[in-house]
Amino acid sequence: MDLKLSSHTPTDAEVDAIESVLGPTRSSWHGGDRTDAEQHGDHHVARGGHDLRTQRHRLLPVLHAVNDRVGWISRGAINHIAARLDVAPADIHGVATFYGLFSVTERPTRQVHVCIDLACRIAGADVPDGAHPSPCLGLCERAPAVFVTDAGERPSQGVLAPATPVQVRDLVAGGRLPDEPAPQAATPQVHHDRSSLVLLRRVGVGDPTSIHAYRSHDGYLALRRAIEMGPEAVVREVVESNIMGRGGAAFPAGRKWHTVAHHPVRPHYLVCNADESEPGTFKDRAILEGDPFSLIEAMTIAAFATGCEQGYVYLRGEYPRAKQTLRRAIEVATEHGLLGDDVMGAGFSFHLDVFIGAGAYICGEETAIFNSIEGFRGEPRNKPPFPVDAGLFGKPTLINNVETLANVLPIVLHGGEAFAATGTSGSTGTKLFCVSGSVTTPGVYELPFGATLRQVIDTAGGVADGHRLRAVLLGGAAGSFATPDDLDVPLTFEDLRAAGLTLGSGVVMVLDEHVDLVEFVHRIAAFFRDESCGQCVPCRVGTVRQEEVLQRLEHRGPAFDDDRQLLADIGRVLRDSSICGFGHSAHGAIESAIAKLGVFS
Amino acid sequence: MTTIDPAAAVRPGTPVAPPKHLVELTVDGETVRVAEGTTVLQACRSAGHDDIPTLCYGDTLTPKNACRVCMVEVEGSRTLVPSCSRTVDAGMVVRTDTERVRHSRRMVLEFLGSSTDLSVAANVGRWNEEYGVDTERYGSERATKAQPVVRDNELYVRDYEKCILCYKCVDACGSQWQNTFAIAVAGRGFDARIAAEYDAELPDSACVYCGNCIAVCPTGALMFTTEHDMRAAGNWDESRQTQTDTICPYCGVGCQLTLHVQDASIVKVTSPSDHSVTHGNLCIKGRFGFQHVQNRD
Amino acid sequence: MVGLATVFGAGGGTSSYAEIEEADVVVLWGSNARNAHPIFFQHVLKAVRRGARLYVVDPRRSETAQWADLWLGNHVGTDIALSHTIAREIIHAGLANTDFIGRATTGFDEYLATVEEWTLERGEAVTGVPADAIRELAHAYATADRAQLCWTLGITEHHNGVDNVLALINLALLCGHVGRHGAGLNPLRGQNNVQGGGDMGAIPNRLAGFQDILDPDVRERFGSAWGVTIQDRYGWHLTQMFEAMERGDLRAVYVIGENPAQSEADKEHTVELLRGLDHLVVQDIFLTRTAELADVVLPGSASWCESEGTVTNSERRVQRTRKALDPPDGARDDIQIILDVCRRLGHDWQYGDTPRDVAEAVWDEVRSLSPMHAGMSYARLEELNGIQWPCPHDDRLEPSYLHGRLWADDPAERGRLAPFSPVVDDPPVEGLSEAFPLRLTTGRRLDSYNTGVQSGGFSNPLRHGESIDVSPEDAARLGVVDDEWVRVTSPRGALTAPVRIDPVLRPGLVFMTFHFPEQVDTNVLTIDATDPKSGTAEFKAAAVRIEKLDV
Repeated sequence: MDLKLSSHTPTDAEVDAIESVLGPTRSSWHGGDRTDAEQHGDHHVARGGHDLRTQRHRLLPVLHAVNDRVGWISRGAINHIAARLDVAPADIHGVATFYGLFSVTERPTRQVHVCIDLACRIAGADVPDGAHPSPCLGLCERAPAVFVTDAGERPSQGVLAPATPVQVRDLVAGGRLPDEPAPQAATPQVHHDRSSLVLLRRVGVGDPTSIHAYRSHDGYLALRRAIEMGPEAVVREVVESNIMGRGGAAFPAGRKWHTVAHHPVRPHYLVCNADESEPGTFKDRAILEGDPFSLIEAMTIAAFATGCEQGYVYLRGEYPRAKQTLRRAIEVATEHGLLGDDVMGAGFSFHLDVFIGAGAYICGEETAIFNSIEGFRGEPRNKPPFPVDAGLFGKPTLINNVETLANVLPIVLHGGEAFAATGTSGSTGTKLFCVSGSVTTPGVYELPFGATLRQVIDTAGGVADGHRLRAVLLGGAAGSFATPDDLDVPLTFEDLRAAGLTLGSGVVMVLDEHVDLVEFVHRIAAFFRDESCGQCVPCRVGTVRQEEVLQRLEHRGPAFDDDRQLLADIGRVLRDSSICGFGHSAHGAIESAIAKLGVFS
Repeated sequence: MTTIDPAAAVRPGTPVAPPKHLVELTVDGETVRVAEGTTVLQACRSAGHDDIPTLCYGDTLTPKNACRVCMVEVEGSRTLVPSCSRTVDAGMVVRTDTERVRHSRRMVLEFLGSSTDLSVAANVGRWNEEYGVDTERYGSERATKAQPVVRDNELYVRDYEKCILCYKCVDACGSQWQNTFAIAVAGRGFDARIAAEYDAELPDSACVYCGNCIAVCPTGALMFTTEHDMRAAGNWDESRQTQTDTICPYCGVGCQLTLHVQDASIVKVTSPSDHSVTHGNLCIKGRFGFQHVQNRD
Repeated sequence: MVGLATVFGAGGGTSSYAEIEEADVVVLWGSNARNAHPIFFQHVLKAVRRGARLYVVDPRRSETAQWADLWLGNHVGTDIALSHTIAREIIHAGLANTDFIGRATTGFDEYLATVEEWTLERGEAVTGVPADAIRELAHAYATADRAQLCWTLGITEHHNGVDNVLALINLALLCGHVGRHGAGLNPLRGQNNVQGGGDMGAIPNRLAGFQDILDPDVRERFGSAWGVTIQDRYGWHLTQMFEAMERGDLRAVYVIGENPAQSEADKEHTVELLRGLDHLVVQDIFLTRTAELADVVLPGSASWCESEGTVTNSERRVQRTRKALDPPDGARDDIQIILDVCRRLGHDWQYGDTPRDVAEAVWDEVRSLSPMHAGMSYARLEELNGIQWPCPHDDRLEPSYLHGRLWADDPAERGRLAPFSPVVDDPPVEGLSEAFPLRLTTGRRLDSYNTGVQSGGFSNPLRHGESIDVSPEDAARLGVVDDEWVRVTSPRGALTAPVRIDPVLRPGLVFMTFHFPEQVDTNVLTIDATDPKSGTAEFKAAAVRIEKLDV
């Protein structure tokens, strides 16, 4: 296109970073050196157009590369990216400013992001000068948490949790990040009774990036079995398993598989939603860090069954170890012929890439992921069309959460019927519960569907330090509050729905009597305000108005019925008219806090 | 021997319109038949429901369904449905004026009215009355988009206090028409805004001053400098204006112009959105190049 | 227009804008439509967004070329060489549409012989465009289901502009890319109503509706309608008029809405000729430089907003113009001025009372005399937002593309077949030399138009005035920087202009516009070598040198 670039030029480091993703360029028309123009025939010919514009999905990786290398994204860098990808600078700027981990203003190479979300708030998180507040970092079992990035020639990222105020200040001052505990630290069950575990059974048994360790624990048996069964039979088993999606929406996964497998439009895409960002959620991290091959194998089966040749894992940018582990595992799987043009010698092709998010909760919404991968702002799309009909790049797309996919292995190995024998008829299989807050041993716990809330809390050692249980936040910020009266409700989709509660992504955040519920609710409101993409009016303005009314309720007191009515009105339009599930759920927890916990009364 | 109806014989390459299937649905209890692919909004309008408000909808643009003021109730749908973008299904039962629909419209209008200046947005005043909009209940401390007017070029002004972030200007500037991409939505949430890269002023941006963004802006956030200044001086009076369609005097493409004339002066230029040459779009010369007939000194 | 009329009998683009959107391959040749025809280019972009491949042939990598899947940057004036090379490649690759050639064309054998020498190697050597790029365009164009070939002044403003056009038409005949929906040949008219002027007979050899003035029946019909005897010979086109002035054969000139004193190549000579006339009448909305030379100035009205009438656009769409403003005091409707002149000359033609009645009555007269306009009543033009010609019937519309007859099975319906034109490569008249080593080509900028008479009326941030645009390499070699004033000299004259370094230019190629003649008079430099067939001057190819000014 006819780009109009400002006079800003990129630094050598920025060019290097961009070329680390896009490769070197020859053409002086697209960012190459003009002194070589004649030699390359540029004076008389230029290629561009569609071939360049189909590279747009590399925009986010390029922005990451620059941000990682320099620490921020300058006008010169954007100009160079524009020339390389044929995307206008304003467009790139719009994308870059959408994501929280990118900066378009200069800043120090060391960035410290301090989690201020729910579990870390309970644990007393504090943001010192020079650090940024961050939404949930998915380290709730070790709250409070920080995420540290160092830009440079060898960029590095890491986390620290729990992080004391002294440690955080030291990190802001440039101090060294201590090593992280092993992945199985997040899954206390594996140290006790591994035999009851299905999804977590391999976590901690060996080097998670060792294909040999994986194989010696039944790895790749399921893929072999799937190839023997054939795609149709695999889809049938998934349908018969009656597994519901584990990302929060609880949609029957088999229906998605069936629709994509039979969709006449090609190609098909497979996307794994690993943008685990719901406050209080960290279960997918346990699999990604502790058993990455299980996800790769499950995705390969899904691709085989539904006719996808390209898959993406959309992983949140704040999971540095998961990124490393998964990337390494994909390399290893590719080296062993378990990914690539001829998977397992079975004559089908499947390529898998990790796509890193950049700090936007909304990108956990399935259609926002598509926009993000395609190189646009991660704004959700209106549905219909649904992803199974028109998803990534407008093509039929199977998108499942990490935990959902992990369940494919037992389904294929043992059959859908056997899988459905665990749990209840409406909620089959086991569930990973993210237990955090005031419990003795926070962590990811795997229990069959139907276990009660009391059982889950007891498995985690009960309420910490003999405190009294005040409430449990189920399902995260998008969920709702349970009270001690709800402790014996079986944790299934159907039972919780009947009790006016939600399971969501499996968050079980335990609040004792010391938790300031008003402040907690304010944080939930602030979270929704911060993370609204801003696309639709109900959510963009409604989340702001909701927070304002809560402030007023706190200061004016509960006597003001007009404010309570206004809050209800706001909640109603959020639920009725927002584009996506983010807006639909932005009022639920607050509503339940008021109704069930009596906050503000 | 087969005989061919000569009238049916077509020359190679002559397009044949695809067959149109009709779909039957119910709008407020009344049965409506429309072509497959029709939007609910179009179906409602064809059934005489001209009163569904729209702001981000533009007849030359792909529906963005961002403003959510056109929501209707569709039986079986958990949430309300944006009528501007949802296409009809056979047997669909649509309700355009339920309490739930009216509540949603009221709230959207209150949200916009309490954060932005809708004083020159067409129809909003009428809708505010119809839906009982009360922006005062949001209090005086509420967040708004109040900000100074940007005057960085002589042709048009940008008053982002009036911007409802409908995306129409971005779509018109971008892939749907102009393909200049001088502006995009930047930032996120309530802080999201329309901006050139690094919030540069227009003369430092890729803007080519086609004014196609002005043409689609529903709230007057983007405005001819002439109109803006006349409004500021209290001289803008549409009742004294005439609109005359003619053809642009510059290149040979033949863009149809609508000249808005007040007091013997051209005060604004638009183009009909249903015109096969322009689809409502013009270039800088057609949009702004009229001064030579009024420089009379 | 001459080229298309020669081959097909009608001087108009063969497709509609909407069809461009449905093409699979679009070739823009010598056209910076992005800047010069922005709204036409939006239709091209619709096609591109739909997946159409775009090829742009232009010495500069213009804003238009920057959208292309492939840009072919040929040397200025090598369009016939490039076209012939493409043709030979199509033929040798077995991609020619032999069915169409056999059915609808004549002269293929001679054409074949002409292009045979244009191997890819020779094409590359002459045009500068790498052989593989030429091959790619050839194959893409030939194998497309629907291909559009569009051009502008980059093709026509040469001493052999008509031959250039004919060379492009050959390609469409070779592949059958004409006379079908979505496939066609489209010149984009540089000026508002250039097409309409031709349609209405403002050309030396045709009366309204492209009816040949040498046809006695035509003369009879028009003559009886007007009550005059029409001459049985062709008139002069612009270049021939200037030649006649030079010879002293043309002594009086009536100029309406043109500014030749500034728009013609080698302008100083033009002004001299105008000064030498016995009588010069200029009718214009401004006191232009030409008007300043006139014996009589007739202040006209701005036809697009101060009077009623019609214009015709580049897709042959006849469109209504309407009066929105009153002309300034003393200025009058052009039709009224002409009618008054006619009355003084003894013809008291009455058309009506109001300007609109007069305009419609004149138009109805056109409809009665020109069959291709017969079905276009004012009422229909208004209802349908204009109508494409031909429109002989008032109850239906013709297809939006021309020359569908060429595909007919019945030879009678097919009519006159389309001849191939064995034109020969003929480089620019002015070669480069040591004294004048740079190729000056000309064009337009987005916000300006022609000599700036209209576009000068509004200022805007894009307006930077005239400049001599040079490549970064030439700037470095000459030791000049942006905004530095330099002397530019051609064999005809010299001027000074500020430098603008423009990376869309390659070394050896420099660029100017005609938009700011008061500031920098580009036509001091341009060559007045003109095409004998169309009268268009070779604005696109002069030889110049650039020198630093003495400090």
